[in-house]
Amino acid sequence: MDKTWNNKAWFLVLPVLVLVAFSAVIPLMTVVNYSVQDTFGNNVFFWAGTEWFEELLHSDRFWEAMVRNLIFSFIILAIEVPLGIFIALNMPKKGWGVPVCLVLMALPLLVPWNVVGTIWQVFGRNDIGLLGYYVNALGIDYNYVQDPIDAWVTVIIMDVWHWTSLVVLLCYAGLVSIPDAFYQAAKIDGASRWAVFRYIQLPKMQRVLLIAVLLRFMDSFMIYTEPFVVTGGGPGNSTTFLSIDLVKTALGQFDLGPAAAMSLVYFLIILLLSWVFYTVMTNYDAER
Amino acid sequence: MARIEVNHIRHSYLSNPQKDSDFALKEVHHTFEDGGAYALLGPSGCGKTTLLNIISGLLHPSHGKLLFNGRDVTRLSTQERNIAQVFQFPVIYDTMTVYDNLAFPLRNRRVPEADVDRKVRETLDMIDLASMANRKARRLTADQKQKISLGRGLVRSDVNAILFDEPLTVIDPHMKWVLRSQLKQLHRRFGYTMVYVTHDQTEALTFADRVVVMYDGEIVQIGTPAELFERPRHTFVGYFIGSPGMNVLPVALEGSTARLGAQRIELPGVPKAEAGAVELGIRPEYVRLGREGMAVQVSKVEDVGRHKVVRANLEGKEIAAVIGEDDEVPAEPKVRFDPAGINIYADSWRVEMGA
Repeated sequence: MDKTWNNKAWFLVLPVLVLVAFSAVIPLMTVVNYSVQDTFGNNVFFWAGTEWFEELLHSDRFWEAMVRNLIFSFIILAIEVPLGIFIALNMPKKGWGVPVCLVLMALPLLVPWNVVGTIWQVFGRNDIGLLGYYVNALGIDYNYVQDPIDAWVTVIIMDVWHWTSLVVLLCYAGLVSIPDAFYQAAKIDGASRWAVFRYIQLPKMQRVLLIAVLLRFMDSFMIYTEPFVVTGGGPGNSTTFLSIDLVKTALGQFDLGPAAAMSLVYFLIILLLSWVFYTVMTNYDAER
Repeated sequence: MARIEVNHIRHSYLSNPQKDSDFALKEVHHTFEDGGAYALLGPSGCGKTTLLNIISGLLHPSHGKLLFNGRDVTRLSTQERNIAQVFQFPVIYDTMTVYDNLAFPLRNRRVPEADVDRKVRETLDMIDLASMANRKARRLTADQKQKISLGRGLVRSDVNAILFDEPLTVIDPHMKWVLRSQLKQLHRRFGYTMVYVTHDQTEALTFADRVVVMYDGEIVQIGTPAELFERPRHTFVGYFIGSPGMNVLPVALEGSTARLGAQRIELPGVPKAEAGAVELGIRPEYVRLGREGMAVQVSKVEDVGRHKVVRANLEGKEIAAVIGEDDEVPAEPKVRFDPAGINIYADSWRVEMGA
């Protein structure tokens, strides 16, 4: 055996290992630790086994939050993706309009999440809010604090306002990469506006759209700050999404065991979805 | 198929052109005959693509008229003109199969599906892609993609003309030759009116029956490849066509002799040149290198394979001569000009020589 063992290399990897351990592995392990124990305070723990997981999977409250969250994600995707494509198609391709549009589109993305929440919280109030006041003045009964439907509408419009730009910018990047010759050839081939979209623009946007859908789905599935600031999960539990429910359980009720179990299930769902998207995207690339 | 008349067309990309130099196309007046194979040849930026896009209707000219078979089409859209165009980079519809790509222009025009199928199969045979009909178009090689672009034009039986905008730029050299001869064949069999834009003289000369040489927004000469070679109308055509280009030497005229420094060159006739800068043009192929004639200093000999190019200095001017692969450069080299190859230019334009 001539092989030289040089263990000094480990020192080079060590900083990363320590960093990852402290930022991810150890916190995750404490969560695992909490999820299989029960505590009544004073740092006294009792073994609970899989009790919290069983309870969680039979809990209506958890499934309701999950269903609400899926419906929410579905609605905002159904609005933001077509709307984003539509806006991107109508943005100017050259001239002074390009920087103007890009800056306008980027603005909502630059606003911190809790500020977005505060903006809409005030905007929608029917005593002093610009939107709430005038909608009521038009004779439409709108009150997001008391009416669950109004609360949903507010949260959805807020998300559309905040995040459609992301879809627009991604689609726009795909669109500007199409050479002029494609449009000229389509003209010569007598293609309709719809055919140009269907056979030239959409195929070129396909990849960025996939990324847009992935990002928007993940984000909306983990949404917390904005609805928390606007509705606090109410009225009742009508806008309590998974992460809001989780925080309520962990910090509101201080039920560390059930909250830890919920975190892990939540984590596994996100992990699974990431894997699905990753596989779809790499397969798509391989097919190209 | 159609006869295309370009009637005093001028074009500027500026909204309010004033000077001559504001025009990308200064004034073009020319007729492309029905069934002809034309090449538009010129350096980058000479206006050849502008002219092509005006014919196809992607651009509308600032001044002048365009007629197809005598009918004014100047204001008609691309679709209404019914032309086909092949672009520099292959344009294919990525998500479709080869078959669907070819069917696309017909389906857009609501042709019955039975006719679509017949026409597409015919076209697939013409462009040699029948075996790939059901393949996804995006998996094909660049030359096959370019054939699809061409096929989308050929599939419409009634196209007025097929326009090519430097179609072989992205094709591998050995495939260029194959594609070019296939194009030539298609032209002979079906008699399409073809206009082919290129800056490559080999492409232009091998493809076209008539070559239209453009320079700085103007047509400087229209002729067969032989005419362009033997009798360039403008010194630019002399430089641009041929490899190496024509030798152009400033001379002074005395009847039927031209004086170049201390040398006197006998001309085949008396040039009808008025005042202006007079130049003598002679292609390297007509410069005879030997032991008689005008003394030169040879500076370089380039062996380009089938012949050699000799670079030499004659009376302080650079000239090039072509000699055979096995010919040797003599110890005291001298050159003679073959009178058949001498052209005289006044202010860059060729002048006739009388007897």
